[in-house]
Amino acid sequence: MTEPAIRLDGVAKRYETAHGAVDALLPTNLSIARGEIVGLLGFSGAGKSTLLRMINLLERPTAGRVFVAGSEFTALAEPELRHARRRIGMIFQQFNLLSHATARENVEFALRIAGTSRTERRDRARVALGVVGLSDKENAYPAQLSGGQRQRVAIARALVNEPDVLLSDEATSALDPHTSLSILRFLKQLNQERGMTMVVVTHDIKVASYICGRALVMEKGRVIETLDMTAPAPISPLGRFFMETAKGWTDATELPHGEGG
Amino acid sequence: MQTLLDFWPDLEKATLETLLMVGVTMVLALLIGTPVGLLLYLTGPGGLRRSRLMHGLVAYAVNVLRSFPFIILLVVLIPLTRLLVGTSIGPKAAAVSLSVAAIPFFARLVEQSLRDVPKGVIDAALAFGASTRQILWQVLIPEAMPALLSSLTVTAVSFIAYSAVAGAIGAGGLGDLAIRYGYYRFETGVMVWCVLLMFVLVQAVQVAGGWLARRVDKR
Ligand SMILES: Nc1ncnc2c1ncn2[C@@H]1O[C@H](COP(=O)(O)OP(=O)(O)O)[C@@H](O)[C@H]1O
Ligand SMILES: [Mg+2]
Repeated sequence: MTEPAIRLDGVAKRYETAHGAVDALLPTNLSIARGEIVGLLGFSGAGKSTLLRMINLLERPTAGRVFVAGSEFTALAEPELRHARRRIGMIFQQFNLLSHATARENVEFALRIAGTSRTERRDRARVALGVVGLSDKENAYPAQLSGGQRQRVAIARALVNEPDVLLSDEATSALDPHTSLSILRFLKQLNQERGMTMVVVTHDIKVASYICGRALVMEKGRVIETLDMTAPAPISPLGRFFMETAKGWTDATELPHGEGG
Repeated sequence: MQTLLDFWPDLEKATLETLLMVGVTMVLALLIGTPVGLLLYLTGPGGLRRSRLMHGLVAYAVNVLRSFPFIILLVVLIPLTRLLVGTSIGPKAAAVSLSVAAIPFFARLVEQSLRDVPKGVIDAALAFGASTRQILWQVLIPEAMPALLSSLTVTAVSFIAYSAVAGAIGAGGLGDLAIRYGYYRFETGVMVWCVLLMFVLVQAVQVAGGWLARRVDKR
């Protein structure tokens, strides 16, 4: 009976390109409960980012309706949508920090957009940097930080508005395994402590199996299977491939119908 | 053979004229070229305010102006120059043609500088609910600042050279002086001094621009 945190109703995205139409996402229904961590798993080009970007309407769906916390995002006018987006944090593979701004200014950016006063901005940004363990780096520029530290700044920026939902697009893909794990551990903790709903795009089953309750396996713009990460019983070859990879590469690891790369 | 002292007043006057021409040109390039460059970027492919019509019109105007050889532009613009400053000779008149050439030149560089801002940074700003105006002022312009300052330097250096070309039609300035003395009167000394001063000007602009660009670049 409770409203899901995220609901997609027949959402699809078609790009019209010079070489014809590309169905980046075929009509998709999806419901994500509050406090869930859902993975979007698939190879490059499967449509994971497209699906993720439908949720905060970074890309406009060409069909269907998007609901976040019960409000229909697809029905909002531009100013209301901008306002509503503050309830959704987002982190990216390339961090996407402002290079001209310090760590604290980067975190403040999310508040500056919302029109928060200067002193409140500074205080809240400091708190957020404290939460990600970077209090001593507030005056450092992104170029002076390691990849893991940059992603922590980006997480602090995403958290500072205290969003209900966090979208993550390959957030650990540019990081080494050790740093990845520490970031994922932190996200998991956030989910447990704050009940924050998360959608985590990854091509890495290790990431999905570590952090997600369930993972949607995507291929060619379609969700082909839902893996229950707590009791895996994959059916499709692609689902099997991912679960086997989770245990590590072996010679027996079967490539699903010659895809990859 | 004249001494430096004899033509010093001429050199001084010519230097000031060059500075005036290039100064006016740069101010107008900055004031008009910047918004035109922003417009090209925002209405261009993948822009935040994509408009094929607007982009097409502005890009067309910019391309037409940019395809004129400068010396032809000088001649073509004589009526406009007369209208604006009441004469078609002298540094003020030359500043008109120089500006008409510099505005599209700088606008294209502005557009390119903005295009070089990573798409992901804009995505992040959009995801946090930024408006186009906020993205412009808080993301695009500051992120592109090192490139914008380099563009400004390139424009200044190019138009110091163009101001000398304008000397050919009596614009005044160092180029004019060099041609009048060096070419028509075979006073090589004056010409050498003019060229030296232009070199110093270019060098000063280059060094100052490079220093500024490095200072704002935190990458
Ligand atoms: N702006 C775009 N224009 C045209 N095609 C696009 C665009 N963005 C994505 N696509 C296409 O949509 C498909 C899905 O892309 P994406 O969602 O980025 O995949 P993933 O994140 O799983 O790697 C790909 O075939 C990609 O080429
Ligand atoms: Mg992707």
